[in-house]
Amino acid sequence: MAKPKVATGHFTGCFGCHMSLLDIDERIIDLVELVEFDKSPINDIKRFSGPVDIGIVEGGVSNDENVEFLKQFRENCRILIAMGACALNGGVPSMRNTVPLKECLEEAFLNGPTVHGGVIPNDPDIPNLLDRVYPVHEVVKVDYALPGCPPSADTLWAALTALLSGEEPGLPYELVKYD
Amino acid sequence: MSNEKMTILIDGVAVEATEGQTILQAAADAGIYIPRLCNHKDLLPGGHCRICTVKINGRPGSSCTFPVADGLVIENDTDELNAMRRAIVEMLFVEGNHYCPSCEASGNCELQALGYRLGMINPEYPYQEPKNEIDATHDDVYIDRDRCVLCGRCARASVQLDGKRVFGFDGRGLGTRIAVNSPDGLGGTNLSVDDRAATICPTGCLRVKGQGPDIPVGQRAYDSTPIGSDIERKQTVKQAT
Amino acid sequence: MAVEQQRDIISQVAEEFGRSPARLLDVARGVHARLGHLSEESIGFIAEALGLERVRVRDTISFYHFFARQPRGRSTVYLCNAVVERMKGADAVAKAFEEATGVKMGETTPDNAISLAYTACIGLSDQAPSALVNGIPLTNLTPADVPMIVETLRKGEDVSSLPQAKVKKNLLKRGDIVFGAMDPGAAIRKALALSPVELINEMSVSRLRGRGGAGFPTSMKWSFCRTAKGEAHYVVCNADEGEPGTFKDRVILTECPDLLFEGMTVAGYAIGAKKGFLYLRAEYEYMLARLETVLARRRDAGLLGTNILGKGFDFDIRIQVGGGAYVCGEESALIESLEGKRGAPRDRPPFPVQKGYRNQPTSVNNVETLCCAARIVEKGGAWFSAFGYEDSKGTKALSISGDCERPGVYEVEYGMTLQDMLDMVGARNVQAIQFGGPSGQCIAPDGFGRRLDFDDLATGGSVIIFGEDRDLLEYMRQFTEFFTEESCGWCAPCRVGTTLLLKGLEKILEGSGTKSDLEALKKLGATVKAMSRCGLGQTAANPILTTMENFPGLYEARLSKDEFIPSFDLAKALEEGCAVTGRNPDLEEKHA
Ligand SMILES: Cc1cc2nc3c(=O)[nH]c(=O)nc-3n(C[C@H](O)[C@H](O)[C@H](O)COP(=O)(O)O)c2cc1C
Ligand code: SF4
Ligand code: SF4
Ligand code: SF4
Ligand code: FES
Repeated sequence: MAKPKVATGHFTGCFGCHMSLLDIDERIIDLVELVEFDKSPINDIKRFSGPVDIGIVEGGVSNDENVEFLKQFRENCRILIAMGACALNGGVPSMRNTVPLKECLEEAFLNGPTVHGGVIPNDPDIPNLLDRVYPVHEVVKVDYALPGCPPSADTLWAALTALLSGEEPGLPYELVKYD
Repeated sequence: MSNEKMTILIDGVAVEATEGQTILQAAADAGIYIPRLCNHKDLLPGGHCRICTVKINGRPGSSCTFPVADGLVIENDTDELNAMRRAIVEMLFVEGNHYCPSCEASGNCELQALGYRLGMINPEYPYQEPKNEIDATHDDVYIDRDRCVLCGRCARASVQLDGKRVFGFDGRGLGTRIAVNSPDGLGGTNLSVDDRAATICPTGCLRVKGQGPDIPVGQRAYDSTPIGSDIERKQTVKQAT
Repeated sequence: MAVEQQRDIISQVAEEFGRSPARLLDVARGVHARLGHLSEESIGFIAEALGLERVRVRDTISFYHFFARQPRGRSTVYLCNAVVERMKGADAVAKAFEEATGVKMGETTPDNAISLAYTACIGLSDQAPSALVNGIPLTNLTPADVPMIVETLRKGEDVSSLPQAKVKKNLLKRGDIVFGAMDPGAAIRKALALSPVELINEMSVSRLRGRGGAGFPTSMKWSFCRTAKGEAHYVVCNADEGEPGTFKDRVILTECPDLLFEGMTVAGYAIGAKKGFLYLRAEYEYMLARLETVLARRRDAGLLGTNILGKGFDFDIRIQVGGGAYVCGEESALIESLEGKRGAPRDRPPFPVQKGYRNQPTSVNNVETLCCAARIVEKGGAWFSAFGYEDSKGTKALSISGDCERPGVYEVEYGMTLQDMLDMVGARNVQAIQFGGPSGQCIAPDGFGRRLDFDDLATGGSVIIFGEDRDLLEYMRQFTEFFTEESCGWCAPCRVGTTLLLKGLEKILEGSGTKSDLEALKKLGATVKAMSRCGLGQTAANPILTTMENFPGLYEARLSKDEFIPSFDLAKALEEGCAVTGRNPDLEEKHA
């Protein structure tokens, strides 16, 4: 039987969740035995090779590029897991949500105390910002959520191994954390 | 009349209670934890959060306000009630702006701890993302209203324990906010850092300044022990005879 | 205005009310009337004048709808946006006001002449659309009336001479009990010949149950109150009448205030009270002067005051005007308000009959209940219980409005079927009846055989009829919105839950709800109902829950067939950012 395929993706976050994934230490060897990594920043594979079994995404959705890639994940992954506070509820980047975007940009690029003669960037190559940072589940359907900022390596390991053996990824008390 | 003993039934277990106690107190004395947030053992009950709701002879009521009476039949630890309590915790999360990763209270916060205990992974409801004012005008204490659950503990403590009236409410409905007794913010009030009100907040809203998250992750109050464990550790239920 | 002058005015007003903290609501009303709004400075001066902390003053005044915290125009138009008003064209009237003044609802004209605002039901659903302009009710408004009204206000003239400033009584059916002929003093004479216990026994024979909605037996309430220990006992008449679509108390207060005051006096005698309060909703302030006149006349006639009818019984009544809050109709919130605080309900037990006003035994009764009580004393309990049906004795004054030919107040016997009710008011092709107001239930035609009856269809008296062409769920949305605005905010499930209910319903009405959204909404409704602290939260989900139950098809028709529909809308989410950067949003679906 072919090994299940896993893809991981990163949107608006700090890459901490991916670091945590690497933090499973030597268990990563077991993991590589168990699964085949498809598109992921870990192996720098940029495109889906085809449908994969499990997609794990980190980060909130703050721009149109995030939206586009998130939709690709949903289309290509049988099971989609939101990983970490930013994916679950916007996390720290969503602190901007209580301030109108215009004010945020003006403060950052025009009026901030360290800005001199700034402009608000409008290069067509950079993604367009959304009005707020959205949790992943408000944009696509999410199958499972793993809380934590980042979720601990144990949390990720527990959830992945459960899923791979066909079980629901229920987490024990110590592993549910919002920080 | 004040020491009259009586028996109430909580989830089928007979519990001895004393006249004048609330259901929540009687349960706690017997080592039974009823989830609660706005309640505090040193304060009169406020009845704000409704997380302590139990069924009393079949009808929902807040156990922190309801006086015991002989023969009351209480349901507490049921799936139905715990799901509804979790729903309230989720409401409080989406009502404010709770960024636990960057909050000094994280790990020791009672709201967060209730989320953990009641099994909240992430709130289901849409975030309201209100715009709130931070009050940093006081030398020693600040208010970060993003994290306020309107439990009223600070207001009750100020009156009942400190003999002052530093806090109150402003507005109504979803627009309700915690207010202070000065047009110039907390700094204009007679709040002292030694007041009980200054440290009675269950969340990261009303906090003493200059105290970072100094306890290592893993050792904080609720990292590995669910909220309420202290009550549950107390001897097993006193069986009434 | 100079600060010193402001302080003097506030001090004067405080003096009028004996500088009593318990009269904070009256002082705030007085200051508001004189200064137009309650500024941060005024709050400080009121606190000073009453010897209260300013946060206590702020806690109270920030609660009430009719207290402005910012300066406003010399005149304020409060246009009623209750459901029946909007069915009858309030939206077009609002638009006409916006056009005539050049400002939007919620704003003030640049010359400070006029402020426009919305307000919840003002008790005129039978003559909608209606508005309160500087406290004066204008009825049956059309967009064509508006320029004249605005012109009058711009000139600084009084609107009370306008043709729209007319409240019709609309008492379309008189029964024998509430609206029967009245001889002032008759009930009191009979009462004083009985002992309080005998009087309460007569109530018990009558089997009178409270008309405010809950239907608690009045004899029991009075008996509990009478036997509860306290330094003083109090009678409170609940004339807050805030349930959208109710207006029968308005008619009782204009048609038979004597009967009501007689009922309060009799109640005072029964429970051992020397003092009674009539809590009058702020929207009815225009009736205040007349009610005070009636009280004065009764004092002159020896029916009120000390040594009533020479029998050694002392009892007097004070009218407390509210500040605009539906929840103040809830009896314990009403008591808090009466004590000069925000109208947040209390937890029970203790009940008001044990610890009510100033923690003393208090009987809170509805206007109509007290009228019935007076009549029972006058004519006997047996006479009364000959009217009605099974466990629901007597008559009920109904406020009927919406899609019918003859909206108005009808005093009918308990036991009447809904179909007979519809025939009585000339309603045909009816889709639904909202029975008991938004906190009641929405009933489909297959339930029109049901009867007006405490044990099946209890009601405070609001009956709103929806014709077959109405978009019923849109009105349920408006009812839900009403609860979000009136939630007092004390408890979490109602404060947050009502808004979440509204958002959940809106998602479905927009066509982006799925089956799982509907299930989630139902669960949320059950949570808000079970966990909320008072009747407001406990009934706030009723518009949604009872239509889900009785009109499931209306929901199913709006559901999307998809399994998941995101609340996220890319085009909308990009608008703001692109406006700032001047770039074009790229909305094309790209595929890797
Ligand atoms: C939100 C809310 C609003 C209420 N409004 C009124 C009201 O306007 N008038 C009224 O008589 N009762 C109202 N009630 C019911 C009162 O709490 C109380 O039951 C009633 O005044 C008792 O009088 P009765 O026994 O004569 O019916 C309301 C209850 C709730 C929960
Ligand atoms: S107050 Fe508690 S729940 Fe809120 S952000 Fe802080 S830790 Fe999290
Ligand atoms: S500041 Fe803290 S203690 Fe005070 S009401 Fe808010 S959450 Fe409660
Ligand atoms: S249910 Fe609503 S109105 Fe009643 S106490 Fe709670 S918040 Fe206030
Ligand atoms: S603990 Fe009882 S209502 Fe909050």
